[in-house]
Amino acid sequence: MTPTRRRRLYMVLGILAGVAVAVAFALQSFKSSIGYKPPTEVVAGTMAVGKRFQLGGMVKKGSVQRIPGTLEIHFVVTDFQNEIPAVYTGVLPDLFKENSGVQANGRLNDKGVFIADEVLAKHDENYMPPAMGKSLKKGESRLDSPPQGSQ
Amino acid sequence: MNWVWLHRFGSPPYFYRFAGRWAPWLLGIAVVLLLVGLYGGLVVAPVDYYQSDVYRIIFVHVPASYLALMTYVWMAIAAAVGLIWRIKVAHAVAAACAPAGASFTAVSLATGMIWGHPTWGTYWAWDPRLVSQLFVLFFFLGYIGLRGAIEDRDRADRSSAVLAIVGIVNVPIVHYSVYWWNSLHQLPTLMRSGGPKMPMSMAWPLLVMLGAYTFYFFAIMLMRARAEVLRRERGGAWLREVLATPEARP
Repeated sequence: MTPTRRRRLYMVLGILAGVAVAVAFALQSFKSSIGYKPPTEVVAGTMAVGKRFQLGGMVKKGSVQRIPGTLEIHFVVTDFQNEIPAVYTGVLPDLFKENSGVQANGRLNDKGVFIADEVLAKHDENYMPPAMGKSLKKGESRLDSPPQGSQ
Repeated sequence: MNWVWLHRFGSPPYFYRFAGRWAPWLLGIAVVLLLVGLYGGLVVAPVDYYQSDVYRIIFVHVPASYLALMTYVWMAIAAAVGLIWRIKVAHAVAAACAPAGASFTAVSLATGMIWGHPTWGTYWAWDPRLVSQLFVLFFFLGYIGLRGAIEDRDRADRSSAVLAIVGIVNVPIVHYSVYWWNSLHQLPTLMRSGGPKMPMSMAWPLLVMLGAYTFYFFAIMLMRARAEVLRRERGGAWLREVLATPEARP
């Protein structure tokens, strides 16, 4: 390799290293505002009352309560260590189910209840035919709430 | 190590002939794989127990997302080679990657939105994976824009190459975003350690579609790079020679 080419190679590597370090620092400083917060982090007091954030976890089994005659729905978001009660008024996505992933966007009120203005269903990376999904395991994860013929 | 075989690609006449010979074959293979993969994915593969038929968009979405990143890596490497060794063909290859990569990224984002609405309940979320993939699109478009904005070809080559190299920092961020942060987007099903998270009856059409997209990318990249070489070398003596033989005409 000629000296000029080597110099240019070092220049390219230098640019790469510089940008990578800068981006790493930037991401590090924004760390707390990227992605959803699991209940454990919220319980630890990281989120101020009234501050908008994304709460994420699983919908606790048996926690979903609909208020008859309205679109209001109460449910509990859990990460199996801590839980946060949440309230939402509106239409839920089809894949919103108990024991299934959820991300709710909204604010905590002063009673520690999460007032959601948007509720999104999170699904995981596992795919399988229906028969397999039913027979695989019982009483765990979301497999005990099969799809209700939606879509 | 003997690099002679690689050096030959730096010669415009050799690259021009090589691309002209191979692009149609690669495109043919891509079309066959695409038909097999689409039939396998949309007809043969079983429905998913949780998402039902909606999951089938995975057969278009995952290969597009993967190819978006792969195209970016190709573009950045070609741009770096062009920058360090001053190889014109390498810059032509980088320039040829950009529109293909922008298209793959656009398909990835569009199919992701179409998938997101019935499953998540929204077309778009300000999620680490979605936003970092949007940045990939911006880098491709920025590369195309920067290249087009500079009149002088050598300066356009060098400036856009630096942009391509800077943007590669974003590629690992896209891939690892779902591991580093709590993301609405699920983890990878196929590109992960410990084997795919789907049975073979669903995985084979996905692998065939990945092959189809990959062959399509190389076919399109060679065709565009060949046209770029043709544009750059217009008036060159070798080109007059090539064009004199009928079977080698573009």
